[in-house]
Amino acid sequence: MNIVLRLAWRNLWRHSRRTWLTIGAMVFSNTLLVFMISLQFGMYALMVDNTLKVFTGHMQVQAPGYNDDQKMRQVVPDVAGLAASLRESLGSDEIAARGWAFGLASSAERSYGIGIYGVEPDFEPRVSSIPGLVTEGRFFTDTNDPAIVVGAVLARNLRATIGDEITLLGTGVDGSFAAAVVTIVGIFDSSVVDLDRSIALMPLGAFQDVFFMNGAGHQVVLFADSLSAVGTLRREVEGLLPDGDDLVVHDWDALQPGLKQAIQADISSAFFMYAILVILVAFSVLNTQLMSVLERTREFGIVMALGLRAGRLGRLVMLETALMGFIGLILGAIGGALVTSWFTANGLSFPGMQEMAAQFNLPARVYPSVSFLSALLGPLVVFLFTLLAAAYPALRLHKVRIVDAMRTN
Amino acid sequence: MTAVRCVDLCKTYRQGDEDIKALDHLSIEIDSGDFVCLMSPSGGGKTTLLNAIGGLDLPDSGEVWVGDQRVDRMSKGELADLRLANIGFVFQAYNLIPVLTAQENVEFVMQVQGVPSAERRSKSLAILEEVGLEGLESRRPAEMSGGQQQRVAVARAIVSRPELVLADEPTANLDSRTSAELMELFVALNEHHNTTFVIATHDQSVMKYTRRLVRMRDGRIVEDIAQHAA
Repeated sequence: MNIVLRLAWRNLWRHSRRTWLTIGAMVFSNTLLVFMISLQFGMYALMVDNTLKVFTGHMQVQAPGYNDDQKMRQVVPDVAGLAASLRESLGSDEIAARGWAFGLASSAERSYGIGIYGVEPDFEPRVSSIPGLVTEGRFFTDTNDPAIVVGAVLARNLRATIGDEITLLGTGVDGSFAAAVVTIVGIFDSSVVDLDRSIALMPLGAFQDVFFMNGAGHQVVLFADSLSAVGTLRREVEGLLPDGDDLVVHDWDALQPGLKQAIQADISSAFFMYAILVILVAFSVLNTQLMSVLERTREFGIVMALGLRAGRLGRLVMLETALMGFIGLILGAIGGALVTSWFTANGLSFPGMQEMAAQFNLPARVYPSVSFLSALLGPLVVFLFTLLAAAYPALRLHKVRIVDAMRTN
Repeated sequence: MTAVRCVDLCKTYRQGDEDIKALDHLSIEIDSGDFVCLMSPSGGGKTTLLNAIGGLDLPDSGEVWVGDQRVDRMSKGELADLRLANIGFVFQAYNLIPVLTAQENVEFVMQVQGVPSAERRSKSLAILEEVGLEGLESRRPAEMSGGQQQRVAVARAIVSRPELVLADEPTANLDSRTSAELMELFVALNEHHNTTFVIATHDQSVMKYTRRLVRMRDGRIVEDIAQHAA
């Protein structure tokens, strides 16, 4: 082993208790960081997954401007044909066509303004969790069935139930008056009150008839294999869109900007807490290394007298810190990964979590997800800050006067 | 050839309200291969002179030359390089690195000089044998006597074959027998390698080993005589 490395290593253990205390602070903070970051990543993945699975999908093909205005006339021509073509080209069934219209839903007693989605009965269950959330009645079987599935809150508000007829009034794609009487065949309960109160689903064929869509729709919803595959799929889809049609592909962060903002806000607040933790550890290292440098002033004076430049001595101090930080990094990352793995298997829940989690469409028990990134991100930042903290004692060596240092006891 | 030349050196320290003249217009020339003893009572200026020659401390005025290099005008980095390449130091308190073994202490300076590992190892073993420490290579300073530690310090100082060795009170912490052994070692090294030795001491027994005796008082040279070494 190189003598300088040997010297740095042995210097570390001159005061083994102090070194272990400093390493202990690093290991504790690293373990905590690994767990917290893994928990955050796990929660974000769950939030994104749960939210996108309800209705949005990983991406949608739309007419330009539709995402901002949602105007009826901003259509995707032959929407079912495009969805079928994409399914065939991409070899995926997680692709479905939809239409959307605003309308007035009236039962015998009440009327409410709602969003009406025309969906493909065979493929909607693959891109949305709502068909699976039908708690009363059934989902559609025929695309031309004059039927409707409504949210539980809407059904309650309309005082309607399975088998009841409701009247839909709206505006067709050409501006004409659209009206239809449809039968409630199913009621879904997503636990998201806004959704359950404000939307209803119709088979795409029936929807296109009612709103004079002439085969058009407003969205083709797609799911990638995972969030990380969204970018690749998006590029593939863009390459497959018909040349003549002016269509765009939006991915989930454009479709659900609120979700991304919520995640960013959460990251910002967590970052503040992590920063405090990292700074505390950095000060602990600064204290240790400053003491270590001060008590070796005489020794440093001697090696400088022998011809060692202050810069090289500074690098020795940095090397000692790096060794200490590396032990903290490894032990902390392993400790954090072990703790996180236990919670990954058993989940984490605490009092009041159910109510809080429901607001973000999350289950009452969350499962952190440990990854290479989540296990190393925090410890690496701690490592860098410990090096930064050691820079002051290292730079201080440039001010050492050799004759004064050699007189120090 | 001149190994060291000091011209009109002045250095004043402030001690409380009093100014102490450690070097007072001192000039001296030391030839290459010479074996010089600087003697003075405490506070006579010998350590200040050694520090000025070795670039550990700068004089207030005057010139210091080591070989053809002007020391008093060098930067900190240049001084470090000069010491590393040309000057060996032996201190009163041995000043070994406590966490390194005898051999590692000797190798340390060579590592800083960039000497390859195999060469470092062979040179350090050879020099430790030369100073009579064969078999003690893997001992740490705390496991050695004062005399043995001082021998390691000497080995460290001369392993790179510096042109000049500056020794400040090298025998101060040694008993008379060990002091004599150390001085005999210095003499042998001086004779075999033609290394210039400048030894600052107030130990009267040291001067008999040297070829030139320089007596100092209050920062001035009061006597400078050539003599026959024992």
